[in-house]
Amino acid sequence: MIEKALSGSKRYWGWLILLLFFMGLGLAAYLMQLSRGLTVTGMSRDVSWGMYIGQFTFLVGVAASAVMVVLPYYLHNVREFGKVTIFGEFLAVASVIMCLLFVVVDLGKPMRIFNMILYPTPNSILFWDMVVLTGYLLLNLVVGWNVLEAERNDVSPRQWVKTLVYVSIPWAISIHTVTAFLYAGLPGRHYWLNPLLAARFLASAFASGPALLIILCFLVRRFSSFDPGREATQKLAVIVTYAMVATMFFFGLELFTALYSRVPAHGLYTLEYLFAGRDGHGNLVPFMWASVALALLAIVLLINPATRRRESTLMVACGTTFLSIWLDKGLGLVIGGFIPNAFEKITEYVPTAPELFITLGVWATGLLILTILCKLAVCVKEQVGGIS
Amino acid sequence: MEMTRRAFLKMGGLGLLGILAAPVLDTLARTDLGRVMGASGVTTAKRWALVVDMKKCWENGNGSCRDCILACHRTHNVPAIPDGQEQVKWIWTERYENAFPGQENEFAQNLLGQPFLVLCNHCSDPPCVRVCPTQATFKREDGVVMMDYHRCIGCRYCMAACPYGARSFNFRDARPYLGQPNPAYPVRERGVVEKCNLCEERLAEGLLPACVEACRYGALVFGDLEDPASEVREILRTRYTIRRKPELGTRPNVYYVVG
Repeated sequence: MIEKALSGSKRYWGWLILLLFFMGLGLAAYLMQLSRGLTVTGMSRDVSWGMYIGQFTFLVGVAASAVMVVLPYYLHNVREFGKVTIFGEFLAVASVIMCLLFVVVDLGKPMRIFNMILYPTPNSILFWDMVVLTGYLLLNLVVGWNVLEAERNDVSPRQWVKTLVYVSIPWAISIHTVTAFLYAGLPGRHYWLNPLLAARFLASAFASGPALLIILCFLVRRFSSFDPGREATQKLAVIVTYAMVATMFFFGLELFTALYSRVPAHGLYTLEYLFAGRDGHGNLVPFMWASVALALLAIVLLINPATRRRESTLMVACGTTFLSIWLDKGLGLVIGGFIPNAFEKITEYVPTAPELFITLGVWATGLLILTILCKLAVCVKEQVGGIS
Repeated sequence: MEMTRRAFLKMGGLGLLGILAAPVLDTLARTDLGRVMGASGVTTAKRWALVVDMKKCWENGNGSCRDCILACHRTHNVPAIPDGQEQVKWIWTERYENAFPGQENEFAQNLLGQPFLVLCNHCSDPPCVRVCPTQATFKREDGVVMMDYHRCIGCRYCMAACPYGARSFNFRDARPYLGQPNPAYPVRERGVVEKCNLCEERLAEGLLPACVEACRYGALVFGDLEDPASEVREILRTRYTIRRKPELGTRPNVYYVVG
């Protein structure tokens, strides 16, 4: 099946070469980071995680969101999703690979990464995150591949594949829950120490992931002769709507407890830093307000049936949803957790150029994998469509 | 007197051992260490603690004495990195309101702005140990929270978990910032996390932690909390002491005398 990735239009190859170019830049920046150490990043003893772990957290959500097409299709027989589950699963594969890459590039001693397997430590949430993420990667790869192959051979997938599909549903929830537990169990990080965090993570994941999937479906239709179908994207749009509203609701709950109780241990100082600036520091203020504004715009466009149904406005709504949650989770959440620091002092974080190149490089790698996997899926679907 | 060659060597050996043991016994006699080390010279299931008498420090040190910090950092090859945000620190000072956030009030003029020595608290329930994915940081039976620099993968999860800012990451190579390195203690590689180890390498030799030994005014007292007769227990019994962020349940083993 993989041979289908080796033939394509000029545009296909052009896109791959562009991605390879950014991957090359990222690799060059990473080699520099390897030789000089994490001093080339903007991270510090106070803000000891930054861009990489932010992207990791955000992308775990995108990966988990595959369940939003798999679950309705396999458990509730929502037929419209039949054509898009494969894209959800392949999006999950690409996202998890990006997640793992972001963890690796964040390590001070990447050559020792297998110490995590050599000395398995069940009391560490990071250990469990590794377990669930690699498991989820394998599940989606095996399921996606086998379902696609069955489709190509015009047979229904075998029973064991379906069993794996059912396993992957709770598994998807687990990856983002465990990722939230990375943060929500740390004493002294008030902004993270919050039982609502996993719920909020899942809600925002189920908005950002399906939003990306809608955009992906649009691109597939635009650049191939396969049409995932308007019903599927419309159903997904409803999911994005509810998930986005739930996200903002959860966010409001956090705001209320912090702002009304005025208890610092509920993340009050971080919220102040993020949304108003504190002690003269406010690098993230414009980004956080942009996130809120984009979220509100998305909600308006999604709730209103006319704008949700019209393709152009739906695209805007999906783009703003994705961007809003990327700003909140990819930037604000991780960086905000470190500000103020253990001494209630503020050290700000600004990513450096090498850090941004490495980040871009990992994204390009994920997009390359996604492009190739989608190319396979589209080829099979075009072929099947041609026969039937 | 008849003496076989064998008996002579035996006695000579014992005598030599006595000469060598003398300084060790001497050190033990002067400190609390003798109380907590068993006859075998091995520490067992005890709980080390450090009591910092800040009043003694301020009164005698006049705010300029840095003996303990220098001794620690020299002993452990802690680099003096100029970039404050990439600094490696094992023991340093923070103002009262920063070391004890939430406990300050604006009228406590005797405390506000005063420097407090801060270091790893060697918590009884350490979050850093709980989160480490490779057991590179672990707690010994005697309470010392330790680092295995060769196992650490540099994920910095422990830094996110430590509520005391006690951990430092080697963002860059330490060698250029060392001055005269101490060959008795390893220099850490780039990419690993480190922190105060309560001088476990000195404890193993029957010595006190370098900071305690370096303090001329006796402001740092080291001892065993499980021994009711220890000096640290005596201070905790008779003086009012505080710990950093007790509300987090980590049960720090560094105490501060403030009154």
